[in-house]
Amino acid sequence: MLKIKNLHAGIEGKGILKGINLEVKAGEIHAIMGPNGSGKSTLSSVIAGNETYEVSEGSITLDNEDILELSPDERAHKGVFMSFQYPIEIPGVSTTNFIKTAINEKRKANGLGDLPAKDMLKLIREKSELLKMDRKFLSRSLNEGFSGGEKKRNEIFQLAMLEPKLAILDETDSGLDIDALKIVANGVNKLRNKDNAVIVITHYQRLLDHIIPDFVHVLHNGKIVKSGGKELAHELEEKGYDWIKELA
Amino acid sequence: MSKYTEDDLKKELETQEYEYGFYTDIESDTFPKGLNEDIVRAISKKKNEPKWMTDWRLNAFRLWQEMEEPNWANVNYKKPDFQDIAYYSAPKAIDPNKTLDDVDSELLAMYKKLGISIDEQKKMNNIAMDIVVDSVSVATTFKKTLAEKGILFMPISEAIQEHPELVKKYIGTIVPQTDNFYAALNSAVFTDGSFCYIPKGVKCPMELSTYFRINEGGTGQFERTLLIADEGSYVSYLEGCTAPARDENQLHAAVVELIALDDAEIKYSTVQNWYPGDKEGKGGVFNFVTKRGICHTNSKISWTQVETGSAVTWKYPSCILKGNNSVGEFYSIAVTNNYQQADTGTKMIHLGKNTKSTIISKGISAGKSQNSYRGLVQIGSRAENARNFSQCDSLLMGNKCGAHTFPYIESKNKSAQIEHEATTSKIGEDQLFYCNQRGIDTEKAIALIVNGFSKEVLNKLPMEFAVEAQKLLEISLEGSVG
Repeated sequence: MLKIKNLHAGIEGKGILKGINLEVKAGEIHAIMGPNGSGKSTLSSVIAGNETYEVSEGSITLDNEDILELSPDERAHKGVFMSFQYPIEIPGVSTTNFIKTAINEKRKANGLGDLPAKDMLKLIREKSELLKMDRKFLSRSLNEGFSGGEKKRNEIFQLAMLEPKLAILDETDSGLDIDALKIVANGVNKLRNKDNAVIVITHYQRLLDHIIPDFVHVLHNGKIVKSGGKELAHELEEKGYDWIKELA
Repeated sequence: MSKYTEDDLKKELETQEYEYGFYTDIESDTFPKGLNEDIVRAISKKKNEPKWMTDWRLNAFRLWQEMEEPNWANVNYKKPDFQDIAYYSAPKAIDPNKTLDDVDSELLAMYKKLGISIDEQKKMNNIAMDIVVDSVSVATTFKKTLAEKGILFMPISEAIQEHPELVKKYIGTIVPQTDNFYAALNSAVFTDGSFCYIPKGVKCPMELSTYFRINEGGTGQFERTLLIADEGSYVSYLEGCTAPARDENQLHAAVVELIALDDAEIKYSTVQNWYPGDKEGKGGVFNFVTKRGICHTNSKISWTQVETGSAVTWKYPSCILKGNNSVGEFYSIAVTNNYQQADTGTKMIHLGKNTKSTIISKGISAGKSQNSYRGLVQIGSRAENARNFSQCDSLLMGNKCGAHTFPYIESKNKSAQIEHEATTSKIGEDQLFYCNQRGIDTEKAIALIVNGFSKEVLNKLPMEFAVEAQKLLEISLEGSVG
């Protein structure tokens, strides 16, 4: 599904990603771990199309289509979703209104009409129950005055509503207490199927106890320096990242 | 498709035209340019006015000649040449005794372009409508339905003929001829506008609406609106305005006077979309308007305005809270883009006891525009327990525009409670990226963010107008981030 080849990217001429190769197939969960500043968040931003970063070399394809030339919204229409590490506040715009707009824009791009209000409500009810969310907060302004945990849960709610092909969870575990973490992980697990894929970006192993990855990759200094199965995450938890740095 | 940058978006939208910029070719009867006593007399004669009205106009004209154009506002423009304006222009095809069925088909086509087919208005919306093109009121719908309730809703020129006692009693009492330069000018040369009277205890069953349009070139529009809500009555009134795109600056100097007698309530909403000029700042309407209402005991006046048009706006819809327990409200969204300049706000004059006022102002500046809020809250010495709450929020787009807030507070009573809150924010790249990532393109994202920012005010508009206003906000701001 997603193929990244020799990806180099940076910001204002400063290289951050220095030759990333990664292939994610449908139905798989990949975890990307690494010390602070290794380029984890840059990688997710570049896949999502954040124009703050310049791609100098390499390619990213989704279902064999080059997506580097697409704008972020076009990528979203193709099924790329990123859960933000720091979700953005939009005053005066309710979560419901926001997600309704997002769903209908995606449908429009794919040649469909607006989702009828009745179906939209049904979907909202279903997905908010999945994430054990109080629906009252869907009518509050998007992320405004939300606690860290509420923001993250709201990101996963949007993920559930949009049903993307590829979901990137950027440090979704930060700011979540253990109960919220379980709910969020449980939500992600229920949304999994053989046609979609998830990339979990995290510093710690604890989220990976609940979302079990098929592959774990360790990023250091802009490169994947080691890949393995889920046991690699445990190894990192025990030994820390210092031995990885020596591999580079 | 290659990356669609904001620059591309900007370029694309710069070429986008003002949607209402068409000119309808109807024959019109226009006075020669220039202003003197003869012109004032001629306007009065054209309208077949009684002598008291002619004299009132002449008096205003004499006062005006002694006055100077104000320059304290935070706007810069070349002062209009008042001798280079035609003060009367009327579409020729109009017969004063017309009914709706007789209205010129080209005019009707024009209303269709404006999105306001009168037929539809009549059938579908519960709105009684008066339309003023250039200087003359063209059609008033629903007159009969309203008459059954004793409600008078007609062009002011007709009211001067049919209800001179009411006009004479109230005209110029809220905005005196000497109030300011433009008000004096308007008093001398106003050509039409709306008149409305709601009798005691009557709740007007429908929204009343006036649609203003400047069509002819080289003309000014000076309409005058007088609205009287008698004791215990209620009315909701809407006005909308557009003008063709022209290279020259056109002058619009209106006066609106509202009178809310004891226990009455007036809701007055405006969606102002005069031609704003092109992207270089050429052309556009100078919108110099005086709007004021007086509240008697237990009454309420609520002003709601969405200002997206005009090259220069100078406008402060105000409330004189004369009666005890009276309430004044001002809800405003002012949008400026390209080279537009707006200096707008309100005055809340608290005279009575337990008077309350609320001011919510949302300024949105984009391009190279300047957007100022100017407001006065004045508490008189007898206004025990007066309360005011003001909130002024500014939203900036890009880094070439300006937002300014000039709040004035004068209190002569120690029991007054006055609160003022102000914020300034900017649409961030991170907000746009967040929306983009969810599949919402930049243009739509701006609309969403702006609508969210303006929500408290949009919610105050009647439904039919809220939708139009939202669309207008989107149109005026497209391509403005960068």
